[in-house]
Amino acid sequence: MVARTTSSNCTETPPRPERQPGAEGNFYQPNSNRIGPGMNERIQRLRKLSVEAEPTLSIERALVETEFYKENYGKHSIPVLRALTFFEICTKKVLYLGDDELIVAERGPAPKAVPTFPELTCHSVEDFHVLNTREKQRYKISAEDIEIYAREVIPYWQGKTQRERIFSHVPEAWRAAYQAGLFTEFMEQRAPGHTCLDGKIYRKGLLDFKREIAEHLAALDYLNDPEATDKAEQLKAMDISCDAAIVFAERHADLADEMAKHESEPSRVEELRRIAEVCRRVPAQAPRNFWEAIQMYWFVHLGTITELNGWDAMNPGHFDQHLAPFYEKEIAEGTLTRVQAKELLSCFWIKVNNHPAPPKVGITARESGTYNDFTNINIGGIKADGSDGVSEVSYIMLELVQELHILQPGNSVHISSRTPNHFLNTACRVIRQGHGYPSIFNPDVYVLEMLRSGKSLEDAREGGCSGCIETGAFGKEAYLLTGYLNVPKILEITLNNGIDPVTGKVAGIETGDPLEFKDFEALYAAFHKQLAFVIDQKMQVSNYIDSMFAKYAPAPFLSVVIEDCIARGKDYYNGGPRYNTNYIQCCGLGTVTDSLATLKKHVFEDQTFDMNRILRAVASNFDGEEVLRQTILNRTPFFGNDDDYADTLAKRVYDDLFDLIDDKPNIKEGGKYHLNMLSTTCHIYFGKVMGATPNGRFAGKSISDGTSPSHGCDTHGPSAVIKSLTKIDHVKSGGTLLNQRFLPSLLKRDGDIAKLGSLIRSYFALGGHHVQFNIVDTATLLAAQKNPENYKDLLVRMAGYSDYFNDMNEDLQQEVIDRTENESL
Amino acid sequence: MATGVIFDIKRYAINDGPGIRTTIFFKGCPLSCAWCHNPEGMSPKVEKMYSQVKCIGCQECVQACTRNACTLTSEGIVTDKKLCVACGECADACPTTATEMSGQTETTDSIMKILEKETVFFDQSGGGVTFSGGEPLRQAKFLLELLQACGERGIHRTVDTSGFVRLETLLEVARHTDHFLFDLKVMDPEKHKQLTGVSNKLILQNLKLLAETGASINLRLPLVEGVNDDDANIDEVTAFAKSLPGESKKVNLLPYHGVAVHKYEKLGKSYHSNGMAAPSEKRQTQIVERLKAAGVDAVLNG
Repeated sequence: MVARTTSSNCTETPPRPERQPGAEGNFYQPNSNRIGPGMNERIQRLRKLSVEAEPTLSIERALVETEFYKENYGKHSIPVLRALTFFEICTKKVLYLGDDELIVAERGPAPKAVPTFPELTCHSVEDFHVLNTREKQRYKISAEDIEIYAREVIPYWQGKTQRERIFSHVPEAWRAAYQAGLFTEFMEQRAPGHTCLDGKIYRKGLLDFKREIAEHLAALDYLNDPEATDKAEQLKAMDISCDAAIVFAERHADLADEMAKHESEPSRVEELRRIAEVCRRVPAQAPRNFWEAIQMYWFVHLGTITELNGWDAMNPGHFDQHLAPFYEKEIAEGTLTRVQAKELLSCFWIKVNNHPAPPKVGITARESGTYNDFTNINIGGIKADGSDGVSEVSYIMLELVQELHILQPGNSVHISSRTPNHFLNTACRVIRQGHGYPSIFNPDVYVLEMLRSGKSLEDAREGGCSGCIETGAFGKEAYLLTGYLNVPKILEITLNNGIDPVTGKVAGIETGDPLEFKDFEALYAAFHKQLAFVIDQKMQVSNYIDSMFAKYAPAPFLSVVIEDCIARGKDYYNGGPRYNTNYIQCCGLGTVTDSLATLKKHVFEDQTFDMNRILRAVASNFDGEEVLRQTILNRTPFFGNDDDYADTLAKRVYDDLFDLIDDKPNIKEGGKYHLNMLSTTCHIYFGKVMGATPNGRFAGKSISDGTSPSHGCDTHGPSAVIKSLTKIDHVKSGGTLLNQRFLPSLLKRDGDIAKLGSLIRSYFALGGHHVQFNIVDTATLLAAQKNPENYKDLLVRMAGYSDYFNDMNEDLQQEVIDRTENESL
Repeated sequence: MATGVIFDIKRYAINDGPGIRTTIFFKGCPLSCAWCHNPEGMSPKVEKMYSQVKCIGCQECVQACTRNACTLTSEGIVTDKKLCVACGECADACPTTATEMSGQTETTDSIMKILEKETVFFDQSGGGVTFSGGEPLRQAKFLLELLQACGERGIHRTVDTSGFVRLETLLEVARHTDHFLFDLKVMDPEKHKQLTGVSNKLILQNLKLLAETGASINLRLPLVEGVNDDDANIDEVTAFAKSLPGESKKVNLLPYHGVAVHKYEKLGKSYHSNGMAAPSEKRQTQIVERLKAAGVDAVLNG
């Protein structure tokens, strides 16, 4: 059982749109399994507004920024210029404070109004037309705004964007490999991201940070430290950015007070007064209660995503753990009820949903076609002292995840060996609802991953997973995703001696005529050589890009809240954080393993077919070679079946990727590259740029996702998948990804929930990093009827009887489909 | 080492006893129940199964067959049963698995290797192995060796039986079994014979004697509308269950499902459902309630 679908973090298909509020399956009745009691009317209204709002583009930020750059470029150091620009935006931007809201502030002038970031990549008029009209992930923009943009914004930024800086400097070999789709480059469109916070903003306000900044400014040694001047500029910029965020909050306080004057409803007047009070307190000073703590985070969140457009937005990290002390104190004192806490958290949840990812263009639009900006709330897990992190706030979060059913924020549960079964089972019941959320992580393994890569024990335990599955020390690490590596495509060019067979162009280096390979080892050696070459290309350019961001696009506000940036006087992008990691995300482990297994078994061992025949069959997309293709599909040991033949190959590829990537220096002092095994939706794009592969996959079809087996090639059930997956050492990575799909009937009874829990515990006991269960919906089953070979994994389990969905006749499949339809609601 | 004929092995079996289990399906059964959903488990012999849906008409099997038993027709491959000796050459040659052989000879070691792969799941869930079928006690020597081997490795053992076996065999198996799933069908002996081909006299006797040993037993009752879901039969089951010595027995009610039709087709057997169907969901609940009211713990499925 593998894989994919649904809205959640890291899946094959573009996420399903949010369910329309009309489909009121969202509002669950109170029920016996302690999930409930459902959304109140305020939350229903806020949710409806958020879900129904159409994403639009706001040109406000670009206009303010461009105007400011025109006036001030050259007058200040770059960090100070960036901070002043941020201050200008916070002072001038149109505020939004909607009816019903308790947690306030938006990045744009209205919910789902998304700004542009021309300093990174400046959209063209044509881009806007595409965004305005494309079928999926549309962003509306008026003709008038396009015209203003064309007049005021586009001309100024020509030749000055980060994207242009990057593309004007890349070597030819890199360009060839990039264009062939051997890898992607994250930073051509957005700034490096992956910014998760630890607990410091709940203990300190921005005024406290300003004091720290002042102390470090005063302590700079201009005589002996050659970088003192640069540090001074950086620290001044951080200081200005704190002021910007404080001003932004105060403007909201003023607005709330003003609105209260004109409000007739007494209860709303009281709420507006409270909002004003909260916004005068945070982020300037540390929060005193639950409400202020949430609003504190939200202002910091907005600040970081307004200052720059970092990948994977921003993330509160272990939000339940940060909020629990406030919750427990207030519950004890009687100043907060559980219902109020849930309402405030729901308001926050909806706020995040109001912020779709800024739109990309070109290749990046294809590789990540989603509104999701990948804020991933970590629920449960362990605390810095190693104890269990589950609290009542964790349960409240699971309840609202189940009830709200919105695209953002993503959420995950963290199940260590000391996490109570009750929490795991509660999470499994939410999974059963079929939202694809929450995904499940193993802190016992990711703490080891972090220790392996040099973090202290406490920092590792305070860390977690953000974005999709990426491991990081929250609040203390810049862990940048640099791009995806198309590992099966590298095998493809190896089988064509460095040429991309899809375009006929050179994409890699010459590694020998495959017909001359005497044995499997000769083939593998050529593949390894090609891998090494491509990875080196990728790293060279990543290092260059990192320098460009350090120089031209510092993030002073983000640097305030990431540990050691103030102490070091350095920016988040310039080695300021305590830890600095670059990840390369390797895709298609299943596809490449199965392809290697095919060649090893059928060409070099059994001699079922010779190399020439397989290569010709692959080149012709198996035209007239169905017997060969079927033989491969049915007579080759594939990854995901607990068969050492294939699993050993997977381990070998994984270990070689690790050796080629891990521990290579990046541009930051002490910073390193590490292996990551994430694919998000990129395996779809990678599949599109590829011809057929030796494992029987047709040209253009998606490659395998994350570390999951190839689609439908795992035919021995989920326990076998887990065994295969754990033959690779997850601790060596910064994250692996396993998607599994389940028919709802496998989770019908409460006993099944406990068994799913045991399955998860088993995976984690064996050292798995992440797993996500997608409860199959009707659409998937219909697809399975059409393309049975991609869905061989769909199990049907009944007492004393087992079968695969594929093997059932049409009537019975229809019965399962009908049943699924009923059960999924 | 003992060997046996197995027709399927399923990992992550979650309906065949406690926890996550691996179910081993033994080939061959003394009963021939009208509703059987594992028809390939009836005959003890290796059988050929053919699925036209998967067939691409490549005729690899036609060429592979040394007895010329396979012919490609407009209805797919037709096998001349007089010529076929179930040697499996055709299945080996088939690229799509449209042709498969049901029934594979396994040894105790080969099964134990498969079970040991699942240790972590058994440990985490309190699961283990379930020997099912067919009728596992029909291959008693093999079963006993497996039960002992599992016992030595601490793997929890469940045996799913029809009860239509020699008493001595059953009691010997019970010495090495942690839990039984014991099938009841219909209490009326005549009806039982008519529907399953055998009388239930021996079955009920065996069940009683098995219960006397203190064995842990769940009763399993398929529910077929108009066949055995009437109050009279349910009440008889209740009375019988309550009369059994030892701890009170839990009853698993397994509503009929017609999902095995394609297996009959693959075996080239005709399947007459004769309008068999599961009782309505309402009726299913009623039956559960009726059993519970009479003091018998009953659950649907499981």
